Formats: sequence, C-alpha cells, structure tokens
Amino acid sequence: MAEGLTIQAVEIRKGDHPLIALDRNVPPGTVLTVMGPSGVGKSTLLSYLIGTLDPAFTARGRVILNGRDVTDLPTARRGMGILFQDDLLFPHLSVGGNLAFGLAGGDRAARRERIAAALDEVGLAGFEDRDPATLSGGQRARVSLMRMLLADPYALLLDEAFSRLDAARRESTRAMVFDTARARSLPVVMVTHDADDAAAAAGPVIRLGDPAR
Amino acid sequence: MLLAMLGPVAAGLWGALLPAMGHLPAAGFIGPSLEAWSPLGAWPGLGDSIRLSLVTGLLATLISLAIVTLIVAGWWGTRPYNWIERALSPLLSVPHAAAALGLAFLIAPSGWLARLASPGITGWDRPPDWLIPGDPWGLSLTAGLVAKEVPFLLLMTLAALGQVRARAMLISAQAMGYGRIAAWLKVVFPAVYAQIRLPVFVVLAYSMSVVDMALILGPSTPATLSVQIVRWMSDPDLSMRLVASAAALLQLALVLVALAAWRGGEIALRRWGIAWATGGGRGAMLDPLRPLGLGLGGLSALAVLGGIAAMALWSVAAGWRFPDALPEALTARSWMRHADGLGAAVGDTALVALVAVALAVALTVGCLEAEFRRGRPIGRAGIWLLYLPLIVPQTAFLPGLQTLLLRLGADRGALPVIAAHLVFVLPYVFLSLGDPWRAWDTRQATVGAALGASPGRVFLRVRLPMLLRPILVAAAVGAAVSVGQYLPTLLIGGGRVATLTTEAVALASGGDRRAIGVYALAQTGAALLPFALATLLPLALWRNRRGLHG
Repeated sequence: MAEGLTIQAVEIRKGDHPLIALDRNVPPGTVLTVMGPSGVGKSTLLSYLIGTLDPAFTARGRVILNGRDVTDLPTARRGMGILFQDDLLFPHLSVGGNLAFGLAGGDRAARRERIAAALDEVGLAGFEDRDPATLSGGQRARVSLMRMLLADPYALLLDEAFSRLDAARRESTRAMVFDTARARSLPVVMVTHDADDAAAAAGPVIRLGDPAR
Repeated sequence: MLLAMLGPVAAGLWGALLPAMGHLPAAGFIGPSLEAWSPLGAWPGLGDSIRLSLVTGLLATLISLAIVTLIVAGWWGTRPYNWIERALSPLLSVPHAAAALGLAFLIAPSGWLARLASPGITGWDRPPDWLIPGDPWGLSLTAGLVAKEVPFLLLMTLAALGQVRARAMLISAQAMGYGRIAAWLKVVFPAVYAQIRLPVFVVLAYSMSVVDMALILGPSTPATLSVQIVRWMSDPDLSMRLVASAAALLQLALVLVALAAWRGGEIALRRWGIAWATGGGRGAMLDPLRPLGLGLGGLSALAVLGGIAAMALWSVAAGWRFPDALPEALTARSWMRHADGLGAAVGDTALVALVAVALAVALTVGCLEAEFRRGRPIGRAGIWLLYLPLIVPQTAFLPGLQTLLLRLGADRGALPVIAAHLVFVLPYVFLSLGDPWRAWDTRQATVGAALGASPGRVFLRVRLPMLLRPILVAAAVGAAVSVGQYLPTLLIGGGRVATLTTEAVALASGGDRRAIGVYALAQTGAALLPFALATLLPLALWRNRRGLHG
C-alpha cells in the first residue's frame, strides 16, 4: 500500500452533474495544490475528504490514509486536520483551552506542559489564559495551526487557509505550515485560488474546471 | 416534538366535536343530536358576539400591520428606529393581561389620563359615566390588541428583514427618485410580507379569539364569542358544555373564514399593488406620513409603559381621590396585604413556567441538532405545523381538551397545565432559537471533529456554550409566553392552578385597583425577569470572552 494520502478514483456529482473526478496519491511531506475558479467544487473535495460532504452530493471512490481506508469513518476518526480561511478558534475557550481541546490523553501536568511547549514553539509563550478574541490575526492563525497539530493528524487539509492574512503574515504562516508538514512527513491537500500559494507549496498542482478535463 | 405540540390541538378539536354533536355521556347526553346547536342559535347575543370577534380581530390586525409597516418604511436604519428596536424586547414580554389592565387604568373615565387632565382641561370633578373600557364596539379591546401586537409584528418584520436585501433594494429605488415610504412599499414590503404572513395569521387568529384581554377591555353584554365560550364552560350546568363545544367549532370556523377573507384581500391588493408599483409614480407625497408612523408606534408603546406605571402607582398608593394627578401618599400596605396570595401564585407560575420551558428548550435543541446531523433543514410544511397551534384559536380546542381530560380523570395537578402550556411555549421557543442555531458556523463542528471530538462532544463542549445566549433568550421568550397564558391555566387547571395571570384577570372584574396593581405588576415582573437573566448571565459567564459579545 502506498504511504501518504491516496484519493482513489474519486468522483463527486451533484445530481446528474459531474463535479470532480480525481485519482491521485499525495506522498508524505508533499503538498497537492488544487486550484480553480470559485464555485467549481474545490471546497467540496475537501469536505468529502474530511467526511462532511453535503447530502446534496453523491460520491464514489475511496480515501486511503497510510494504507487505512477511512472512506466510511466519521470525521473524528479519520486522523485528518483541517484549517479554514478563518481561524475558527472556539470563542468561549481560552487560548490554552483551545489547544487542550485538540490534545488527547495525558495527565494534567503532562497536558499543561505540552500546551506550554506548543505555544512556545509558535512564539506565544505564556498565552494560555488569553481570550482568543484579543489576539492578532497572525497569532490566531498560529494557535489554530498548533491546535490542529496537537491532535496528531496523519494528513493536513488547507481550505483557502491563508487568504484572510495580509501579505507579510501570509508568507510566514505559509512557511510555518509547510515546514511543519514536511518535518512531520504529513501529506497535504491545499485548495487555493492564489498562484503564490501554489508556488510556495512547490508540489504538484491540479486545476479543476479546466475545459480540457 | 410534533406530538407534544399537535397532539393536544387535535385531541382538543376532537373533544369539541363529539359534545357539539350532542354526545357527552358523562352528562347523560347521547348523540348525535342538535342539543348543542339549538341553544347556541337561540342565544340572543350570537350575532353581536360574532360581529365583535370579526371586527376587533380584523381591525386590530390591519392597524397593527399598518403601524409596523409605516414605522419600518419611514424609519428603518435611522436613529429613532434604533430606540424602537431597543424597547422591543421589554414591550414584547409584558403579558397581554397586564397590558390590558394597564390600558384600562389609563383610559377609564376615572383612569390616570382623566386624572391628569382634570379638572384643569376637562372640568370634571367626578369621573363621567362612560362605558370605557368595555365599549360595545370593542374599540378599547382593539386598542389593547394593537398595543400588544405591534411589537410582535415588528420583531417578526425585523427577522424577515435579515432574509431580504432590504438596504440595497431601498437605496436603488430611492436613487430612481422614489420617496422613502413609496420605495419601501413598492420594493421591500412584498418580500417582507411573504416572510411575515404566518405571524400575521397568528395575530389575526389570536385577536379574534383572545379571552383575557377581552374580559378586561371588551364589552360584556354581549361579550366576544370566546369570552362567552369560557362562561359556558364554567357553567355548573353540564349541558352548557354542549353549547360551549358547538361555539368552539363556530369560533374555529369564524377564524378560518377571516383567514380566507384576509388571503382574498392579499390577492386583490397584490394585483392592485403590482399595477401601482409599475405605474412609475414616485410617491413622494407619502413621505409626510413618516411622523405618523413614529407617533402611532410611540403611542402604542406609551399605552403599555404608561399602563404599567399607572398600575405601579396604584399598587403603592395610600389614598388617591379622583381628580388628583397623583396619590396623596405612598405605602407598601397593598403589597404586604397580598404577600401570601402573591407568594402562592408566584410559586405556581414559576413551577409551570420552569418545567414547560425546560421541556420546550430540550425538545427544540434536540430537534435542531437532529436536523443538523441529518443535514436537512425544516421545510415549508414543517414551518406551517409549527405555527398551527398558534393559529387554531385557543377557545376552539382547549374546551374540548378539558372535556377529554375530565373524562380520562387526568385533570389533576399541574402536569396537564404544563402540557397545555407546552403547546404554546414550544413553537415560540423553536421560532426564537431556530435562526441563531442555524446561523452557527458549522465549520466549527468540522474543526472540532477533525480534532477528534465525537458529535456529542462537539455539541456539548462547542455548540451549546457558543449558543448559550440565544438559548437563554429563547428560554426567556418561552417563560414570558408561559407566564402570560390565561385560558390554558384556567380551563385545564380547573381553578386548582392559580398563576399570577389567572389571579390578576380574576381580580379585574372587581374594582380593587390596588390589588390589581400588585398582581399585574408581579405578573409583568415575572415575564421580564427571565429576559434580564438572559442578558446578564452570558455577560457574567463570558466576561473574559470578547468573541461572544457581538
């Protein structure tokens, strides 16, 4: 079985209208960039991969993650992390509380230690008790990334994850995400409409909605 | 959920049908016969009471809708409009009975308005002998209904405005030279009306069949049909229940006829309105009506707030002779004298409201969460079913329900009353929570699940805390609805469950203004308190969470 994320003969339709057809392997540490104009179904592909496809769509094919068929598993057991263009930190929890939500197991002291270390890793040491609403956009994006990584995913999905950030933050956040994915050998599927994102990913690019396809 | 809401309605209508056919074995009547209908037909007040129900209902609905439309058409998005919006929740939560009693305190010949104007302006040393409230045309009743239904329709309109792109439409029409009101009527109103049609139907059905307000403000000889039904129901002569059941069906038919007539009016007006809207007239001459809208809206708010002030004053008044504008002295005597009765009534009110609201919130949240997990929202048919218990008049199915419960021997204790309250609390809680629940960003659930949380954990740890405020507001709406219920408490409770509302209305026929003031004020407080809690609790709980204070 191939390592990484395998999208095996996947076809997504809306009624009789075929939307997406894809057959690809994303090796560990590689970013597959999916581009295309809005409305072509880029985000639909991600919602299929993560297991939240709207019932209005029908899908065929398999999703295999490191040799494990996750097609029929609920989102919570797929082992995939996702980042949206909004950081979606839970507003009722503190920064530390958000990270703790993603962290499984461990006793109290060990959990606290890992959270402190995670915050330190993204330059936010001592932010545990802060209200996420008081953080800057770039800080929130970093907390969001760390929250996802603390859940120990086997793959990353990025849904226009950098499009809300301004140019300077965008570059650094992007670099941090890609470096982390490479360091942990995680396969990444990134949906974007920005050519810079695709260039920075330095991986294979597929375009949806091209007349040729 | 459907069972809790529609079961009692269906059972109640069934329970009215049998006795109306002359079948009530418990009282020795075996049908079918015309035992029920002939006394009803022979009742001399029938024609007048039917006319009263129709006229007050249609008039109150028409006036309320006109005022609401004038307010939003003339003022939406302006500073005065923001004041109106802020006054909305407290006005809405004032129970109907309290609003009616307050209005009576204001407009009676010996009421506060006459006192303020006497003897200086009117020259009266003693109150004139006018039949207000209780005028034979039902005008006082209509006024009371309008004062209570304007805030309701305004709230529904506000919710509807969230669904249509009103601002863009309004601005583009004004850019073409249309006056503000004309622009609203021609381009925004049709879209808004389509959204508030069901609430308008609720107002019409309610206004035609209301009992507590009609008891307080309506005429008595004859009374409206609904009041008469309740009188027949409480008659010790059991054969009168047959008449009441027949009248209940008549009431239902009346409401259906009025709804059909209203629908017919809509269609006719629509045809005329399209011709008017496409006629090219810019309608600038309508804009002088703007102050009228604000004035009428302010007047209806003042009628409620002034009434409460008058009742508050009476509840602490020592002596208050007629032409004096204010009491001679203030005292807590009335409150102390009624403390015991008040305590018992507060207990019953709170018990019924708390259980009914807890059930309603649990059912609603369960229903909405199931809808979310299935990924299919409630359809048009579902919305109609939600509104059904609010459109079928209370007087049409509650008498039958009581007769049924009586026959089953299940008319004991607070439980049947709670179940009857639930019928009305549930739709309001659902309507209040539905929009904010669905507006929640479901990507939060995806993120939570991607972090390994089960759907149950996402629900408990993410969704419920984030939606705490709308849940509490929906609970407060439900509590206000429950506190305000008169007929279900009276009929289903059989007099054994005495809430603040039934006590206040019972006192209304006597003339003890201090006692009425005490009970009606307590009733208003009981309806307002949950709203205050729903506002303050999230502020306290989430005081360090800026992201939750929109």
